[in-house]
Amino acid sequence: MFEIITKFGPTLLEAMGKTLTMAFYSLIFASIIGLFFGVLAVVKSKICNIISQVFVDIIRGVPMIVLAYFVFFGIPYACKNMLGFNLTLSALEAGIICLSLNCGAYMAEIIRGGIQAVPKGQMEAARSLGLPYLTSMRQIILPQAIRTMIPSIINQFIITLKDTSILSIIGFPELVNSAKGVVALTFKSFQVWAIVGIMYLIIITILSKLAKVLERRLSYDRKR
Amino acid sequence: MIAKDNIKISVQHLYKDFGKTNILSDISLDVREGEVVCIIGPSGGGKSTFLRCINKLEEVTKGQIFVDDYEITDKKVDINQARQNIGMVFQQFNLFPHKTVLENVMLAPVDRKLLTKEEAKTRAMELLKRVGIEEKANEYPHSLSGGQQQRVAIARALAMNPDVMLFDEPTSALDPEMVGEVLAVMKELAEQGMTMVIVTHEMGFARDVADRVLLFADGVIAEEGTPKEIFDNPQNKRTQDFLAAVL
Ligand SMILES: Nc1ncnc2c1ncn2[C@@H]1O[C@H](COP(=O)(O)OP(=O)(O)O)[C@@H](O)[C@H]1O
Ligand SMILES: [Mg+2]
Repeated sequence: MFEIITKFGPTLLEAMGKTLTMAFYSLIFASIIGLFFGVLAVVKSKICNIISQVFVDIIRGVPMIVLAYFVFFGIPYACKNMLGFNLTLSALEAGIICLSLNCGAYMAEIIRGGIQAVPKGQMEAARSLGLPYLTSMRQIILPQAIRTMIPSIINQFIITLKDTSILSIIGFPELVNSAKGVVALTFKSFQVWAIVGIMYLIIITILSKLAKVLERRLSYDRKR
Repeated sequence: MIAKDNIKISVQHLYKDFGKTNILSDISLDVREGEVVCIIGPSGGGKSTFLRCINKLEEVTKGQIFVDDYEITDKKVDINQARQNIGMVFQQFNLFPHKTVLENVMLAPVDRKLLTKEEAKTRAMELLKRVGIEEKANEYPHSLSGGQQQRVAIARALAMNPDVMLFDEPTSALDPEMVGEVLAVMKELAEQGMTMVIVTHEMGFARDVADRVLLFADGVIAEEGTPKEIFDNPQNKRTQDFLAAVL
């Protein structure tokens, strides 16, 4: 066990770093996507609502692994053979696209729910002061919605962090892929996978604790 | 077409349906500058809906509404601009819970660039003083009593310097001992010449402060007149029944 840690520790840590990088970018893009489609789901426009719903349904209805193959192999193929130009996506880029879309769809649902949970009177009060719709959304509704959404958002972030492992199938050298390599060299699958498991566990535990702190910080009865 | 000089609110043949249900029919009303109009009437009579049509929280089905130079019912009206001129106070206060009292009052004038941050702060403190809660400026709304919250809501509406104020049962959600402090603020506002339309169940207040009282029932103005006429000598059966029930 210790031998593996001393010998392959740096490799695994580097891979963990790649996992975190992929998760980090994905979460940022997913938040933007989620916010966009989440707001689209609540605005007073049937067309916008439907667009949002279709996006969410498609992403939710397709397994991540299929989405990954589609983005990594399917899209460059289509560009080359049907549209006539070359598009090369690195495994990292394809991974980030997949995770962002996937996490973004779930975020959209969380954000829609959070917005709808804010009492109607808040939007009415903001609008009757003469604030435009989007300003009211940004200043009044979203800050309140975020508070109720934090636990679900963190939960979704954790799922996305774990989902990075699915991207090992397109060859990105994140933690699971690197661990496979280490197992191939050492044959010590019990020890290696135990170490990898613990690494995930540590990161995710830290994230969860952070979420708890954040949640408490954001509650109304504490002064900022 | 623009409302006449000293007419602040002009409602002409207003109809409002929700789906297939008719809620308001053929409501017409002119409110002069500085006038205080109190609307009373049984629950479900369309009082809130009427008020909400005036600042376009509800779309009207038919008819025209003018507030100052703005035709609220015009599709092309700059509604945000028009609403700055129409203060609204709700039964449930609707203060922004994630903002302090001061921030609640400052927010809209700063965001709409009517005032700089500094000016808005000075103005907000003035208004909070006027409604008697300047010492709560840095607290969050949840730590205030209902009466205090409603007074903040009034200050928040006044911060936009509106020409008219709409009140939808501002004291109905309050404990009885807090009703007086809110009515006192409203009365002072009326005495200073604010144009006000007030939906209320406080008959004593209506009698005391209103220039005109309207009785809404079943989506029509059943009767209208001075407080004396309405309270002392009601002509319409529905007014008589309503007053018998509440007084
Ligand atoms: N958003 C709405 N959709 C459908 N019906 C509504 C809506 N708002 C109010 N109503 C109906 O309109 C009628 C008048 O309501 P309201 O204006 O709130 O009366 P009041 O304020 O006099 O009690 C009621 O019958 C109510 O059920
Ligand atoms: Mg009402």
